Amino acid sequence: MSTLKFHYKVDKTDFTRAGEASSDVKGKLKKMGCDPEVVRKVAIAMYEGEINMVIHADGGVIDVEISPEDITLVLKDKGPGIADIDKAMQEGYSTASENVRSLGFGAGMGLPNMKKYSDEMKIETELGVGTTVTMVIHNT
Amino acid sequence: MTVNELAEKAGFETLNLADGSDERTISGIYCCDLLSVAMSKGFPGAAWVTIMGNINAAAVASLTDMACVVLAEGAAIDEMMVSKAKQQGITVMQSPLPIFETAMKINGLLNA
Ligand SMILES: Nc1ncnc2c1ncn2[C@@H]1O[C@H](COP(=O)(O)OP(=O)(O)OP(=O)(O)O)[C@@H](O)[C@H]1O
Ligand SMILES: [Mg+2]
Repeated sequence: MSTLKFHYKVDKTDFTRAGEASSDVKGKLKKMGCDPEVVRKVAIAMYEGEINMVIHADGGVIDVEISPEDITLVLKDKGPGIADIDKAMQEGYSTASENVRSLGFGAGMGLPNMKKYSDEMKIETELGVGTTVTMVIHNT
Repeated sequence: MTVNELAEKAGFETLNLADGSDERTISGIYCCDLLSVAMSKGFPGAAWVTIMGNINAAAVASLTDMACVVLAEGAAIDEMMVSKAKQQGITVMQSPLPIFETAMKINGLLNA
């Protein structure tokens, strides 16, 4: 298997559609016969990142690279950035609005899930510029 | 017990019965309303009892391979959840009972 690359645009307002990119990648990995545990890790990590781009930033783009060794997810947004990454990484910390909470988001578990289910994770962020989250999941 | 059997025996209202639900076995019950918690703790084959009747709940059920969503408390369901559930092959039922009673009812059927 050579390296496959996929690109997704995630719309800012449309969080009724958020999750579609993750669903699509999950479907592709399943079809490729990827290990179910790896598929699960990718689905969780990517979904949380995708939703964060919609509810905390103004949407963005996701690049997915699937190689025999790794699945690499790069989620890039031009949102407000994260002021304090350590705080944002804490379980339960959330700045989600009341409106977004009423939909079931805002437990403050998204970033901790991304950290837990990816094998490597890096957050680059600048206030007023945006955030790029890179996650690598080993394709065992 | 299969999703189909649960739909028949529980007396809940079935809003979407997915294809293959007569072969989809329920592996257990999971209760939670916070989507990022359900995303991580929801397990394949679970009957997920929640009050979140929106499209994002359908996405979580699908991504985690849960067997079906049972909306408790007669919670309002968004039309878009039903269409997403249809598209993703997720069975959705609606129960008038609170979450605990809904889960207990399913538990009783699973152990019958
Ligand atoms: N892409 C982003 N841009 C700006 N801020 C972000 C971004 N991602 C996360 N954050 C900040 O980090 C906080 C914690 O994120 P996390 O995903 O853990 O929780 P949440 O999204 O608030 O709730 P949950 O994911 O449980 O529904 C957010 O509330 C937000 O303040
Ligand atoms: Mg989040």
